[in-house]
Formats: sequence, C-alpha cells, structure tokens
Amino acid sequence: MKEYLNNIWSAISTIFIGMGITWRHMFVPSVTIQYPDVKLDLPERERNRLYVNMDDCIGCDQCARACPVNCIEIETVKGIPEDDIGKTSNGKKKALWVTKFNIDIAKCCYCQLCVFPCPTECIYMTDVYEFSEYDRDNFIYDFVTLTPEEREQKKINYQKFEEEKAAKKAAAAEEAAKAKAAEKKDDNKEQN
Amino acid sequence: MIYEFFSNLFNNQVIGYIISAALPLLFFILPFVLVAVYMERKVSAHMQDRLGPMRVGWHGVLQTIADLLKLLQKEDITATANDKPLFNLAPIVVFAGSYAAFAAIPFTGAYIGSNIDLGIIYIIGATGLVVAGILMSGWASNNKYTLLGAMRAAAQIISYEIPTILVVLSLIMITGTMNLNTMSQMQTGYFWNWMILGGPGLGVTKFLLIPFMIIGFFVIYISTLAEVNRTPFDIPEAESELVSGYHTEYSGMKFSIFFLAEYANMFAVSAIVATLFFGGYQSPFGYLGNTLGAHWLVPIEQFFWFAIKGTFFVFVQMWLRWTLPRLRVDQLMAVCWKYLIPIAFVNLIIVGLITIL
Repeated sequence: MKEYLNNIWSAISTIFIGMGITWRHMFVPSVTIQYPDVKLDLPERERNRLYVNMDDCIGCDQCARACPVNCIEIETVKGIPEDDIGKTSNGKKKALWVTKFNIDIAKCCYCQLCVFPCPTECIYMTDVYEFSEYDRDNFIYDFVTLTPEEREQKKINYQKFEEEKAAKKAAAAEEAAKAKAAEKKDDNKEQN
Repeated sequence: MIYEFFSNLFNNQVIGYIISAALPLLFFILPFVLVAVYMERKVSAHMQDRLGPMRVGWHGVLQTIADLLKLLQKEDITATANDKPLFNLAPIVVFAGSYAAFAAIPFTGAYIGSNIDLGIIYIIGATGLVVAGILMSGWASNNKYTLLGAMRAAAQIISYEIPTILVVLSLIMITGTMNLNTMSQMQTGYFWNWMILGGPGLGVTKFLLIPFMIIGFFVIYISTLAEVNRTPFDIPEAESELVSGYHTEYSGMKFSIFFLAEYANMFAVSAIVATLFFGGYQSPFGYLGNTLGAHWLVPIEQFFWFAIKGTFFVFVQMWLRWTLPRLRVDQLMAVCWKYLIPIAFVNLIIVGLITIL
C-alpha cells in the first residue's frame, strides 16, 4: 500500500518537475539559426570555392601541377613584344597570355594544395560555399578574362610572330649563305 | 436549440438540420484545427529551444494552410490488398465519432447543437464510434503495423473509458444532471462556483468536495488524454514502433481527415473537462455585457471563455506531449487498471457519501 501511494506520488511529482523544465525551456532563446537569412561565421581557415585573380596570374601552371585530381586546366601562349600583358601586383612583368584557365569545381576536393605553390598568390579559397547548379557543365569555371576571339587572336598573333621570326631567320640564313657563297667565289677568284 | 432556431428561420427541417450540423465544423473545428496544428508545432519547437515554422507568413502563421493545400493535392493511394469499402469508410467513421461529440457541447449559453438531457453520456457513447473507425482502418489497411496499432487503440480507449465514466458519474451525482448546458449554468457567477472548487453553494460539502474534485480532475484529464491517443499514451500511433499506427496506409485527404479527427477530439475532451470542472462557458469574473447592460455581449464573452478554457487544456495536452516519453503497453494498462480505476472508484464512493450529507 505504501509502495502504491509512493508510486502515485512519484509519478505526479516527477510529471510536474518535467513540465516545469519544458515550461522554462519555452522562454529560453532558441538556438536555431535561420540559415539562408542568417549564416554562421565560418572558421578562419575554411576551404570553399576556389577563385583566381587573373590580374595577378602569370600562367606558370604550378597550381595545375599541384592539383591531385587534375581539376585545373591551363593553356598559355607567349606574348609578342608589342603586347602589353601588364604587371602582377608584386611587380613582375607577365610574359604569357593565359588562354585557358578552367577549374572543374565538381572535381575539386578542396585540399588547397593549389594555393601554396602560386608565386603571385592569385589562386585562393573564398568563403562562398553555396554554388549548386542544375547543369553539371556549369561547374566548369572559366576564369580567363579574355574573350574567345581575343584568345584566338593571341594564338594567331604568336603564330604569326613565330612565322615571321622563322621567316626572318630563314632569310638571314639565306643571306648569310649567299654572302658565304659570294665570299667563296671571291676566294676562288683570288686563288685563280 | 440551434436546430430549432434554423428550422424556424427557414421553415424547413432539412435545412435546419444541415445548417446546425455544419456550423461547428465550418466555424469552429476547421479554424481551431488550423490554429491548433500551428500551436502544436510552435509549442513543441519552443520547448525544444527551436523556432518551428518561420517561413510561411509572419512567424509561419500560414504554415498550416500551406500544409492543407499540400495534403489536398496528394494522391489518394489505395493499395490493392486493402479492403476498399472499409478502408474508405474508416476515416469518415472516426471523424463522425469525434464530431458527434460537438452536438452536445455547449459553446455558449445561446449555442448548443442539441440540448439533450443525456448530454455527457451521449458524448461518451458517440465517441465510442472512434474505436470502431480505428479498428476498421487498421483491419482494412491489411498491414501488420496498422493492425497492431488498431488493436492497441481499441484496448486503450475501451480501458480508459472506465475511469472517465467513473469521474463523470461522480459529477452527475453532485449536479444531478447529465445535461452539459445545465451543468454549465449551475457553475455561473464567479470562479469559486466551478466544480473544481466544490461547485455552487456555500456549505460544508463544498469544502469537503474540493480535494476529491481535484483528484477527479486529474483522473479524468489523464484518462481523456489516453482516449484521444496523445503522448504519453500514443501507443496506437507510436511512430518509433509502428510507423504511424492505424493510419500508416492512408494518404492525402483521408489522412487529413484522421488528423482533423484527432485535433477535433483533443478539443472535445478539453471542452468536456472544462465544462465538467471549470465552469464550461462561464466567465470567472462575471460578464462585461451584464455590467454594461448590453446583454447581446454575454454569449460572445461566453464563447470567448469557452474557447480560452478549451484551448488552454489543449495546450496542456501539448505540453505533456513534449514533456513525457511514451508508455509501454503494460505500463499503460497498469496506469489504467491499477491506478486510475481504483482511485476513480474510491473517489466516486467518497463523493457519493459527501453528497448524501
């Protein structure tokens, strides 16, 4: 009988204790973060979407070589002497046109290994982490600032430059050969 | 009462029936369910230090309407192994059972669906239909979880009707009436006339009754909580054990009818508890309409107090739901047969002796 009454008492008293706890929690400020409106502060060294500052990129290809999943593709073309490619922010003169700088962010594993070898610190991790897409092709980010026509133009320019150079070289060689031949003739004449 | 009014107004009994039958559904139960579902989500969220729905409307007030629209668009799935006639009939029976209770509940002194003298006994009888509906749904779904849930529901609801009726009986002995409207009228005046405080009159019996009324209130509140299958007595639905019990196989509108019935039932039992112990629609402090001399205001105030009391007890049900864990089946039966029924029975005898005094 005593146990019976004790059971009743403990049931009722513990229910009221529990209700008191939940009542107090009604007025505790909620811990919810209203995500799209309010965002948590990210840790200092967070690694998210890559970004390339093309003004500083010298096209050295070191990031592409460092990438363990080969998600960076770089193609460069040498500038011709008349081109002004500009300088990087630490004063180096750029020598190459970057005609292709694709990062397939869907392949990227966010290891940050590409960031350390960069001599001009132009590739780095941003704090953007919401970049879902409906089409997988949209994940291939093209960072090159040149328009497609300009890229073609730069390639053609360099080719032309090379050809001209080759032609000049050839012409010079020919001339030299001619001169040599003439000299030889003269020599022959003198000998004769 | 309201039926006579409408049948006289339109001079047609059928229209009177239809209107008086549809009124509480359209003007009370549907809005109440909308509010109660929102309240449930908010109360549960804040008790768990969350925010709950926040994005549809201001602080998510339109969330329930959005959910309702979603439910309306859902496919109405009937599996091939289902017993179709029973499967389709079950939600209607469950809802009819819980809705029938509203016929005898006095919303105000001026509005009661049917002023029958059997009142409370009729309500207990009509809500018994819910058990039939739940058993039908569990059997017709042809699924072991639904059947288990239905069996548990039947065992639970039938067991817990006994303490409910025992407490109701003690109140019938004090008041001498089964009519809920008369019972409410007896508790008029101030809050010390409520049954929880010994009822009207100022004798020794009033003060002798108070502790037994409080015990009676606890017993009836716990047992009605079990009758509407709410946590901690939600073993028929037990999400972690039985998927969602007897309405596992239901989808779309049929599921929402079960949902509607559950919330209608919650309000019905809260309203009955409020009517039996807390003066029903009576104001605790007298009426503004009477002091101002505007008597048309009184029913509106009464409705306000009725809704406040009912909603308060619904709130306590939610509060308990988010406080207590679910009971085991044997614990559930032990609570009923070993605790509530003996207590209610002893209580009934003592109340009976006091009323003889």
